[in-house]
Parts: sequence; C-alpha cells; structure tokens
Amino acid sequence: MICEVIWHGRGGQGVVLAAQMLAEAAYRHGFRGVTATPTFGPERRGAPVIASNRISPEPIRTFAQIRKADLVVVLDESLFHAVDILGRLKDTGVLIINTNDAARYVLPESIHLFTVDAVGIAQRHHLMREGAPLVNVPMLGAVARASELVTIEDLAQVVKRKIGDDHLSQNLAALEEAYSGTTMRKHG
Amino acid sequence: MSRVEIMTGNQAAALGARLARVQVVAAYPITPQTSLTETLAQLIESGEMQAEYIRVDGEHSALTVCIAASTIGARAFTATSANGLLYMHEQIHWAAGSRLPIVMCCVNRGVGAPWTIFNDQQDSISQRDTGWIQLYCRDNQEIIDTVIQAFRIAETIYCPVMVCYDGFVLSHTLMPVEIPEEEKVDAFLPPYRPHTILDDTNPRTINPVMFADLRANAEGILCDGYMEIRYKLEYALKGALKTIQDVSDEYALVFGRDHGGLIWEYKTSDAEVILTGMGSIATEATIAADILREKGIPAGVVGIRAYRPFPTEALIRALKRARSIHCLEKAVSYGFAGPVYTDLRAALYGSECDAQMQDYITSLGGRDIQPSTIAEVVLNRIKSDAFDGRFREPIWINCRTE
Repeated sequence: MICEVIWHGRGGQGVVLAAQMLAEAAYRHGFRGVTATPTFGPERRGAPVIASNRISPEPIRTFAQIRKADLVVVLDESLFHAVDILGRLKDTGVLIINTNDAARYVLPESIHLFTVDAVGIAQRHHLMREGAPLVNVPMLGAVARASELVTIEDLAQVVKRKIGDDHLSQNLAALEEAYSGTTMRKHG
Repeated sequence: MSRVEIMTGNQAAALGARLARVQVVAAYPITPQTSLTETLAQLIESGEMQAEYIRVDGEHSALTVCIAASTIGARAFTATSANGLLYMHEQIHWAAGSRLPIVMCCVNRGVGAPWTIFNDQQDSISQRDTGWIQLYCRDNQEIIDTVIQAFRIAETIYCPVMVCYDGFVLSHTLMPVEIPEEEKVDAFLPPYRPHTILDDTNPRTINPVMFADLRANAEGILCDGYMEIRYKLEYALKGALKTIQDVSDEYALVFGRDHGGLIWEYKTSDAEVILTGMGSIATEATIAADILREKGIPAGVVGIRAYRPFPTEALIRALKRARSIHCLEKAVSYGFAGPVYTDLRAALYGSECDAQMQDYITSLGGRDIQPSTIAEVVLNRIKSDAFDGRFREPIWINCRTE
C-alpha cells in the first residue's frame, strides 16, 4: 500500500523542506519506498505551493501527480479560499490543519480531521522568519500524531540532521509540543 | 560502507560526478539542470571535490571547454537541458568526431517554442545522430550509478556519453539513493588516459581539414580520410553495445546493483503484451503492466536504457514472444512517428519477432500521465479489431486532438 501525502502551504513556508523531512523520517522508520516532490516549476513567495510524498514498504514506481491523497497537511488555512484542498483528499482521508479554531471546520464525518495551533507553537518557540511564524516543523509533529508513517523520534533525528545548531533546540521543542498539542475531531 | 541518502536526481548526478573524480566542470545553468551544477559548484568550492569549475558564457562554450579539457587529458563533465543542449549542437558533433570521452547529463526538458520548462525527451532525441552514446535512467539510483558507468564506457572506447534523465520527474524528486563507496569507484574507474598526448616538443594539428580520399603521409603510409574516420566512429558506437553491457555487468558484481546494461525487463517471461519506453515513463509502465495483469492480460515491460547505440539484438531476444508492443514516447520525429517506435520497427522488421506495434506520444511538456491511463489506452488498443501489421499513426495520450 502506498500512502500519498499532499502538503499545502505558501511559498517561503518551507513546504518542500517539510516533505523532504517526512520522506527521510519515513525511510528511517523502515519504509523502503519514499519520494518527496515539490510543485514542479517556478515558485513564488506567498503564492500557494504544493509538495507531496509517496510512502510505501516497497520502492515507488510512479511519479505521476497525486490525484486524491490519503493525508493532506495544510500549513496556512487561508489557502481554503484559494485552493480546492478537499478536492484532492480521499473521502476517508486524514486532514491536518494549522488553526487555532477547529470549530470553524464543518467537514464530512468520514474525514479524519486533526488540528494544531502551529502558529502559536512557532511563536512561543521563536521560530520566525521575516516576521512570519515557521510552521513546517510543528506540522511534522502533527503528522506523527495523526499517522503511522513516522514517530516523533524519527522526526527528531531528521530535524537534528537538517537544522543548524542555532535553532535546533527551539525546533525540537516545537516538534514535541505540536505532537502533544494535535487534537482529533470528536464526533458528537 | 555505502550509505543511503534521500536525494534528488540532480544531487545523485552531482555525487556521481564527484565519485568519478571529474577534473573539469564547465556548465551553464538552465532549468531543470540548475541544481546539479549548483551542487557541483558547492562541492568544488568547499574542497570536497578536486576539480576546476570553469564559468562560461553559454552552453556552446561549456562544451567547448570540456572538449579542450578532455583533449589535454582531463576528465570533463557538463550538464544541460532543452534549448541549452541545442545551443551546444555544433560542439556535440565535435566532441564525438574528436572521440573525446566527455560525459554530459541531459536533464530532459521539452524544447521551445513555445517555451516549456517541463519534461519530455525531445531535447536529447534531437541530438540522436551526433555520435554520442545515449543512456536513459529510470530512477535516481540509476542516475548516480550511470554517471560512474558512463565515464568507464566513454574512456574504454573513446566516445562521449549522454546520461539522460527526466527533468523535474527525477531531477527534483527525492528518493532513496545508495551512494557507492569511494574506494570501490576508484578501483572500478581508473584514471583517464587520453588517446592523443599533446606535447609542445612534438606539436601537431588536431582535426585538420580532411580531403575526400585516403592520403599518404611522409612515410608513404595511406592514412584515413574523412570517411574512414567517420566509419570508425560508427564501428565504435556499435562496439559500445558490448562495452555498455560489460560495464553494467561488472558494476553489478562490484556494487550489487544491476540496471540491465542495454535494456531491462519487468515480468516478461510469460508476457504477450509488452510496453516499452525510456526513462521514468518505463518505470511508470511497470505499474500499468501490473494493472493489466489484474485484468488478465499477460503484460510486461522492456525498458530501453541504451538508445544509441540501439540494442537491436537484445530487443529481438526480449521481444520475440511478444504479440503486441506498445511504445510510450516523450518525443516525436515530426512528420513520422516517435523515435523509439521508428527504430524498433526497423530493428524488428524481418526478425523472429512479428508482434503488432503501436506508438503512443505522451507527456510532452510535462503533461501528467497516470499508470492507470497507460493501462487503459493499451487495453483499448489491444481490443481494437483494427490491429494489424501496417503502420498506424501514433496515439497522442491525454491530448485534445480534434
């Protein structure tokens, strides 16, 4: 079985790096088939950007576009006004949204909705770039909570490899806080 | 110990060039090749790679620098895409005619006009008749391994090698790649020995204007004319079929990874329906074959790794049991058909393989193709009662044609 993941963010938010780190962590976790793909083509700061992953016990043999993903991660909730996010999520897929207002999302019950206040977490740990909170590492923590693709330990190892010493401890703390701070929607 | 890292195709190519101990790099950035040359520039600047990076004003100069470097005995590498490759065209001929073992990565991209930065294979296909060996890679592991193999092939027979891989699809997609061990690569790829030693105490002209006929030298020995030299290039390219296979086999023994040499096969032992193609589309076709098998169609894939020289005998062997052959192509010879179909049909004509053949043009300028779509068009084609041995127009997949 291949798990297909789509990341939605805006240019500059580190979406591509997040997908890359998820691929590495999933490989550490034991998946032999992992790919991470940026949106092909030129990227612009602030514009909607997509990255994606395929994760499988077997090597990946397709590079085609993912039509409907098993897992969708939304780094910037304003993208719901710009991109057809639900259109590329399977009916029974997992959706992770960076929001501080989970109640805002009225979605079909078949979708497994997880939310995390990644902006608040990034701000608390001073993960900022050019005045904007860096939410990609916290969102990886949420992926560990919402899926069985990676553990928080796999991710911590990859973050240590990828992120310079200057911001390492903040990133690791944010990863941990996002993992424990991710909540799943309860059905009434 | 070798180690696995998750990397892009461009990083894999750059690491392959570093492991091959390339001594001169001259390249001009172009999407989607850019991150390959950036990686090499970083490796050279940081001292991790002992090579000279020569900055140039364009691709024509990039290959000219490689020609000069290779002539004086340096292992030279360059890389480009699409219109950059076309801008090199004169020197691409020159490198092959001079029998210089330069290795170039062509990060395949569609050719303008109109502009596209996305993937197809029209660029390298348009350089088919220059005398370069062309190898097509199906994933990033094959890229790093093929760059290393390419130098060994090139320096064995003194012909340049183009290592082709799909832009963005592979160049920018990260996947696990096992990095070969340095000492093993050093043993596999001995230092380059040029065919001509330049010596200022014994000066000579290289590549003078040739006369049409053979000509006696000062000792009265008849020397090659232009046509003999060109015949030797053709003879070398044909001989490269064995060299490519031998190098691939030895590589498999040393490094434990076998990319097949000239061609590779997937589920062909009982296959009647064969899908074929070059590069990542052939990888994609393996899933299409699985889908067809689920529907009861005995399908398999024959991937073409060496396009020039064209592996006629290997393909006849692999295809002799096939009842239908389906060529998936990312290039067109405008006014006829796809290049693989054209060559394969000619190669199989009169052989023991009498399979029906259909050509499909797909994914030009990066148009997405799903394995399920490949399976669907092949299924529709084999169910069609109009399938006979005659030439038929290519089917353009996922394209509005009316």
